[in-house]
Amino acid sequence: MSPSLRLYLPGDAAAVSVGADEIADCLHTEAKKRGLNIELVRTGTRGMLWLEPLLEVDIGGERYAFGPMLPEHVPALFDDAFSNAHDCALGPLEDLDWMRGQTRWLYRRCGQTDPLNLDEYKANGGLDGLTKALASSSDDVIETVTKSGLRGRGGAGFPAGIKWKTAAGIDADQKYICCNADEGDSGTFADRILMEGDPSLIIEGMVIAGLAVGATKGLVYIRSEYPAAIATMKRAIEIWREAGLLGDDVMGSGRSFDMDVRRGAGSYVCGEESAMLESLEGKRGQVRAKPPIPAFEGLFGKPTIINNVLTLASVPDILARGGEAYAAVGTGRSLGTQAFQLAGNIKCGGLIEAPFGVTLRELIEDFGGGTLSGRPLRAVQVGGPLGAYIPADQLDLVMDYEAFAAAGAMLGHGGIVVFDDTVDMARQAEFAMEFCVEESCGKCTPCRIGSVRGAETIAKIRKGENVGDNIALVEDLCTTMTDGSLCAMGGLTPMPVMSALKYFREDFETKTAPAAEEVAG
Amino acid sequence: MAHSKTSAIEAACARHNHRADALIEILHDVQHAQGCIDDEAARVIADKLNLSRADVQGVRSFYTDFTAEARRKTPVKICRAEACQAVGSDKLAAALETAGHDLETIFCLGNCALGPAVMVEDRLIGRATAERVAAQMERTK
Repeated sequence: MSPSLRLYLPGDAAAVSVGADEIADCLHTEAKKRGLNIELVRTGTRGMLWLEPLLEVDIGGERYAFGPMLPEHVPALFDDAFSNAHDCALGPLEDLDWMRGQTRWLYRRCGQTDPLNLDEYKANGGLDGLTKALASSSDDVIETVTKSGLRGRGGAGFPAGIKWKTAAGIDADQKYICCNADEGDSGTFADRILMEGDPSLIIEGMVIAGLAVGATKGLVYIRSEYPAAIATMKRAIEIWREAGLLGDDVMGSGRSFDMDVRRGAGSYVCGEESAMLESLEGKRGQVRAKPPIPAFEGLFGKPTIINNVLTLASVPDILARGGEAYAAVGTGRSLGTQAFQLAGNIKCGGLIEAPFGVTLRELIEDFGGGTLSGRPLRAVQVGGPLGAYIPADQLDLVMDYEAFAAAGAMLGHGGIVVFDDTVDMARQAEFAMEFCVEESCGKCTPCRIGSVRGAETIAKIRKGENVGDNIALVEDLCTTMTDGSLCAMGGLTPMPVMSALKYFREDFETKTAPAAEEVAG
Repeated sequence: MAHSKTSAIEAACARHNHRADALIEILHDVQHAQGCIDDEAARVIADKLNLSRADVQGVRSFYTDFTAEARRKTPVKICRAEACQAVGSDKLAAALETAGHDLETIFCLGNCALGPAVMVEDRLIGRATAERVAAQMERTK
């Protein structure tokens, strides 16, 4: 019997969405036809989404990449013995510019291993952080997280160590760790890729958080639009439980932590932490007024740590590596690495893990290769639907929380959506308001009603009705929404609107007034 | 309502230990099993969870995943958010509508580098075209 050939193909939803399952079928069929043994490991994605389905073959211990694969490419792979002569051959994976240009800490196992193989997880550095946490005091764990400079990756950028210290300092019969996996921002998929590609890392981070603040229960709130991520996380939790890593006796330490997955149900605002808490309690996802902050009174009124997927997933590595070592990369007060996501009209879209401090231009031009359409880039929206539109001449902006805030923008969850010169920025501004109409929880007036009036008024501008007056009205309305909304939904909807008005005013002002008969009609 | 339907809803409530905080999970189960959460289902759930019917209907109406009436046919869920707008989701939506599909607007399916993104049942389609969506609809029949 010939030695088996080891192949790796992502089972990630994005890879499957462009035919990874069909490639898997073809590989099995073709191997069977030739009487060859293959072992096909379904992994997470490497994040080079434009190359999906991206097949990797182990040749002499090195991974060789082939992509993007189509079913008709499969027979030739076997004909040429997976040689570099194949049409899809990309050479050794680690030599690809896209891989070499990154600092892959968080995503180092993503695409490398079977996401649900706990032995592989351990063999590749998994559980090192938890082992260290179990051997340390809570104070030391929190001190390490504080020293690392880790800030909330969900968008707000609040220092994780301070949040943890607050919850740890409160006496309560029950505390909770909630992982916010309601990744609703358009242009973001980093949480999804990690949940599907290395779920154990997120669980490990949650267990460490639980041990540090004295919480024994955890919940992961995952949006229902991510069925594959939900299934993988649920299965990973079962595997951890079966291995004695969750439950009443975590790794034989005598300490307790258990967790579960809760599904969202199609509401964007549930990514806002207090709305998420309401949803986790089985209620309408309406935001809560603050204070009290969740670290004091969160889920069921108990002290609760709410962190984003990537924040929690950064923790095991921080403990294993040490706080100072983590803080050694990055810039200013934005330390460590961040998962940047290139999306929209981009030639080479996907996920890039790099230290803070990289510029938008490096990400879009060097990694992304410019627009997919080949037309000139006109605008970039960073940080999701509530993030600012940035014009093409500001691409040298550094990816750093403070630099973005100073430019009237926000980094958010690291999503970068690229638009070419066919975009109508007045329409994008109108959409921002329409999105707020659709997703507002309705609790506060500026958001609930302001968004409706905003959408109506921008629609008038787009028709050329009293353009000057209506622009003034929109600007005034945006001030009210920014200052008067309860949460970021209404409070930040003005950001895309105002940035569109500021940098792309010609799209609003060049609208010609409707003909007289149309107005009369 | 048929007895079997009621018992399926009761079973969903029992599976989640009749916990009020599991209401959304229960609604997902019922929506999946019978294609909607009609008023009768809401009444049974309210009764089993010791909630008011207003509570259950309030939650049902807040979340777009839940519907009071069943859809006539499998919807094509199409992402209409920014990243997919940037690669022509509006045009795709128009084409799908012309082809007679029942569209459901979604804001982000997490496939933003391979847009336009469409989902049919739990199957995600990247770089979606009217032809690829039609082929997937054929397979789900």
